[in-house]
Amino acid sequence: MLKISQLHKSYPIGDSSLHVLKGIDLNVESGEMVAIMGSSGSGKSTLLNIIGILDEADSGEYTLDGVEIKNLNEKKAAIYRNKFLGFIFQSFNLINYKNALENVALPLYYQGLKRKERQEKAKFHLKKVGLLDWAHHLPSELSGGQKQRVAIARALAAEPKLLLADEPTGALDMGTSYEIMEFLQQLNDEGKTILIVTHEEDIAKMCKRIVRLRDGVIMEDKKVKQVRAGQNV
Amino acid sequence: MIKFLFDRDTWQEVYDSMSKNKLRTVITMIGVWWGILLLIGLLGAARGMENSFNRIFGDFATNSVFIIGGTTSMPFKGFQEGKQVRLTLSDTEKIQNNVEGVEFVVPRNLTQSLVVRNLLSGTFGVAGDFPLLDQVQKKKLLHGRFINQSDIDNRRKVAVISEDVYKQLFEKDVNAIGELIQINSSNYMVVGVFDVGNIQLGPSDDIHIPFTTFQQTYNRGDRIGWMMITGKPEFNIVQIEQDAKLMLKNIHKIHPEDDRAFRSFNLGQAFGRMTGFLIGMQFLTWFVGIATLIAGVFAIGNILLITVKERTKEIGVRRALGATPFEIKRQIVVEAVFLTLIAGLFGILTGGWILIALDAAFGQGPDATLVNASVSILVVFVALLILVALGTLIGLIPAFKATSIKPIEALREE
Repeated sequence: MLKISQLHKSYPIGDSSLHVLKGIDLNVESGEMVAIMGSSGSGKSTLLNIIGILDEADSGEYTLDGVEIKNLNEKKAAIYRNKFLGFIFQSFNLINYKNALENVALPLYYQGLKRKERQEKAKFHLKKVGLLDWAHHLPSELSGGQKQRVAIARALAAEPKLLLADEPTGALDMGTSYEIMEFLQQLNDEGKTILIVTHEEDIAKMCKRIVRLRDGVIMEDKKVKQVRAGQNV
Repeated sequence: MIKFLFDRDTWQEVYDSMSKNKLRTVITMIGVWWGILLLIGLLGAARGMENSFNRIFGDFATNSVFIIGGTTSMPFKGFQEGKQVRLTLSDTEKIQNNVEGVEFVVPRNLTQSLVVRNLLSGTFGVAGDFPLLDQVQKKKLLHGRFINQSDIDNRRKVAVISEDVYKQLFEKDVNAIGELIQINSSNYMVVGVFDVGNIQLGPSDDIHIPFTTFQQTYNRGDRIGWMMITGKPEFNIVQIEQDAKLMLKNIHKIHPEDDRAFRSFNLGQAFGRMTGFLIGMQFLTWFVGIATLIAGVFAIGNILLITVKERTKEIGVRRALGATPFEIKRQIVVEAVFLTLIAGLFGILTGGWILIALDAAFGQGPDATLVNASVSILVVFVALLILVALGTLIGLIPAFKATSIKPIEALREE
């Protein structure tokens, strides 16, 4: 599903440069649920951005679903993002003047789907996250957990191969966090491949595999027994 | 692209982003609206003033000069200084035949006379004229006709009177044509009544009688009061004036450098100055209008740029969701063009209202300051076209700015 080898990335800071990723090797199979852990500055967000084709590596190889991601122009990158990837952000990143349904339908708009089709698909995914009744509410009228569920519905709408979540529970209280995790686990049970960046141990333990980063290298990569979020609620 | 423009979602996006940012939408639109308004208002007012000048001078042959005899100030060929210069009818013929570029030479004579009709009377300027006068100083005849060649040939005692004379000598609603009036104790038949018009150049001439009749009645022989010389359009009236004066000096034995011997008024020169002023004003109008317009469009660009900065995150999200840079740019440009176009159309509309208001306030009556203050529709469309073109260009700046930021940086922005 996802194959990374000898990935390097550095950022220029003034005259010198900061070497953030120092040769990452990572393979993720289809249907896995992986937590990427590390303290701030460990390079976990950078790694996620490169995986999400939002950023480009300096050297190394990255293959996503059999397609080599290299030297893409912005247009190609946009198309790949749309086709392969679904993003879930810490701060939800919903468009605040669009209602829930319109937010969910947005990636479908960029896929070039017809209006009616978009509406139907968006409704289907909103129903899946249990927010069909809130379809016409603006993000400002939703709670944090609801917003994140709309964001998940939006990430799912384009039917991506890989879900990327950057601290999906970072802005939520514990109860809501577990609700969201339970939902992500459900999606994983249905066969979705999910990558979660987090610094919370309990969230990481709800995944099936934990990859620990420190100073730009992988310290530890182990499979764990998944803790079901539903048990904690 | 065409499909994109007719897509409901495109306009939904434009509507959403505009209604979300009401303040900036309104401020932006005011910028462009004001520019267009000013352009139309100024152009219309300038046109109105030009029309008003043209209406005032429209009746005159503007490339003409009046020459009047004066007194010499230099002795010449045995004549003392202080000699009275008397122009004669033969002078006019010589000028007509010998000065290059002359179209007409019209001799005129004028005197003040008591004019009586029944119990009513008044003192008016009585002028002896040729039919030619009507060609260089168009008379607006309300009734009847002007003097004709047959009047001249037969020295008829006929008179063409101004509306003022008519009002003073006739009771209301009396038909003046065919009636008799007494000028200097002789009876003249009224053959025409004319409107004085807006502007009076030279001495007032309320009553015109045939030139030949005048010369005989007032015993003028072939002496004339003054002459009016009209140049052909392609000749310079200042040059004609100089040539004519030099010739007259030669005929009357006057020192060539004596510039007191003739008095003159060059209408062409004066009119030229006025036209220059009008052209200058039009240039100024265009300059101010276009500068305001450009300022307005830059205001739009500026505000769009600020909005893009505000919307950096949103644009980042859109790009993470799979929007290509082209799609983002297209959206921003459509927004810019739409804003300018709507504001521009609104400006044209209100500009039109302002012209209507100007017309109502200053454009009524015969001596209006602004006559038919208007802007040609072509000018309006060109202005609109420029506006849309500038809107597109200015929209491109924030659009490129928006897509030059990497989506990752855009998302990180809090």
